[in-house]
Amino acid sequence: MTWLETLRTGINGVRSHRLRSALTVVGILIGIAAVILTVGLGEGAQAQVGSEITALGSNLLSITPGSTTSSAGIREALGTASTLTMSDATALSSPVVAPDIKAVAPVSSSSEELTAGSNTWTTTVQGSTTTWLTVHGRTTAQGRFIDTQDVTDHTAITVLGATTASELFRGIDPVGQTVDVNGVPLTVVGVLTSTGASSSSSTTNPDDTAVIPITTGAERIFGGTTRDSLSSIVVQARSSTDLTAAYQEADHLLLQLHGITTPADADFTITSEQSLLSTATSVDRTLTILLGGVAGIALLVGGIGVMNIMLVSVTERIREIGLRKALGATPGVIRRQFLVEASVLGLIGGALGVLLGVIGALVLPSAIGDPITISALAMVGALVVALAIGIAFGVYPASRAAHLAPIDALRNE
Amino acid sequence: MSVPTTATPLPGTSDDVVIELERVTKVYRTGTIAVAALRGISLSIAQGEYVAVIGPSGSGKSTLMHILGCLDTPTSGRYHLAGENVSGMSEAALAEVRNRRIGFVFQQFNLLASMTAWQNVELPLVYAGVPRAERKERAMDALARVGLAGRVHHRPGELSGGQQQRVAVARALVTEPDLILADEPTGNLDSVSAADVLRLMDELHEAGRTLVLITHDAEVASASGRVVGIRDGLLTENDARYVESIR
Repeated sequence: MTWLETLRTGINGVRSHRLRSALTVVGILIGIAAVILTVGLGEGAQAQVGSEITALGSNLLSITPGSTTSSAGIREALGTASTLTMSDATALSSPVVAPDIKAVAPVSSSSEELTAGSNTWTTTVQGSTTTWLTVHGRTTAQGRFIDTQDVTDHTAITVLGATTASELFRGIDPVGQTVDVNGVPLTVVGVLTSTGASSSSSTTNPDDTAVIPITTGAERIFGGTTRDSLSSIVVQARSSTDLTAAYQEADHLLLQLHGITTPADADFTITSEQSLLSTATSVDRTLTILLGGVAGIALLVGGIGVMNIMLVSVTERIREIGLRKALGATPGVIRRQFLVEASVLGLIGGALGVLLGVIGALVLPSAIGDPITISALAMVGALVVALAIGIAFGVYPASRAAHLAPIDALRNE
Repeated sequence: MSVPTTATPLPGTSDDVVIELERVTKVYRTGTIAVAALRGISLSIAQGEYVAVIGPSGSGKSTLMHILGCLDTPTSGRYHLAGENVSGMSEAALAEVRNRRIGFVFQQFNLLASMTAWQNVELPLVYAGVPRAERKERAMDALARVGLAGRVHHRPGELSGGQQQRVAVARALVTEPDLILADEPTGNLDSVSAADVLRLMDELHEAGRTLVLITHDAEVASASGRVVGIRDGLLTENDARYVESIR
């Protein structure tokens, strides 16, 4: 008996018990849809994190002012000190003392209210130098970025993030317009290209910012006693493999400049933003594995459903099996017939499960706010898994059918 | 027990013998209790014979039918079917022998309800590996021979009991088997349909087929050319060799 004939017989078997087949298929369907959605959720989250990493720029270290211990022995809170200065940034950019550091961008930032005509918008104003653009891997969509001359001359200009520009100017070309910050009019000379990162929080949205020359910031915007201090220094290593060396060079140099002998007393903190993100990624991955486990259990239950139905089917069709054997079906042929039936059930369940998963991926993101990415690989994988479940859970019932003695099967009334 | 080596020529030891049973026994074991259903049966049936095996229930006739039909294997003794020793064959080999050499007609018809008449009839040819087009043609021919040319697309549920049994006879014929084995073929039929099926058996006999009919009904048995009785696992008449074997 050929495989084609076996397949035809198997499909016939599925079709002649419609309700039972449909119930079995539902079990597989739910499991496969759950798995495919979980995997899609995980892949979606990872794609999002990936785009955020790109938005941050690559091979970056962020140096922030750390806690200091006062002479009275009181340790002040993290970030309160103003221990980082422009001279630190200048020292770090020396290729002699820090050969693994490619670029340095000093940043002093503050949350300020921006006014353009009747529109006001509060955003993070960052004072920095020309290197800010390259270090963060950004480009300008319109106009230009801050140049060296601007920094030297303390020019009253600003480059806006895409979100900030659209909030303040709503359709008007922002380049050449004026924005007021703390009573200082700044001319908009450029707009940054949108990163497309979907983070909605204004403190983390890289598209909601206004960049000004660091000297302009210190002189005219931020003011106060902190005028010479920096909120952070962004350091870019030559390559991802040089990141550790760059970290050590920066750490060593700053300890020396600040006259600190015990590394534990350091008045600054160096973090790799990518390490923060990779932590976030691994949290996402853990969640995906957990959800995947639940989905896997659903699939296992579906598989047990297939086995249960196939066992019932073997018992119910004991006479049919006996007759087929009497007419010349060998145990192998009977085994294949039942295996094919179980596989067909698994495959139909898998196909419908993929369909439900794809529909879910289109409908759910608007409800839960997270993207779901379903790849072709996941769909093919789901079908293969469904088929494998059909076969794996069909083996036992099929071999029971195959080993029924023909006379016992025929005698059954 | 040894097989006699210098026996007188027995009926049907020539080339045209279809069934040759030699001191066949069958013992069923359920736990520690052993029940002998067949206690030493020797029987020869020649090509073209129409033999009825008659016996009351519990006589061992069903067991004999299972052994003759290669649905079960004897505990001891030898069985040659169309010259082939089938006593020690594997399950897969027996399936192949059943497919090639035997056509079954059961009391319960045993048609598959989800299939049409012709699909039921072609089933043995599916297992024989006959191509689809040829299968359909042969199934149609067999149905025409039993007078059901107009009912080929009906499902068993749409046919009367007599018609269903005729479909079953067509299925038994379609492989051109060496032996047609009918187990109480009229047991579930009214007298008109029963007579119809027996007439069909007669026609097959006249066409040269070898038929073995198993029944408890003497009237049905009388339709055959030779009657063999069975009681308590032993043949009771018409077999000289059996008488010889117990002496």
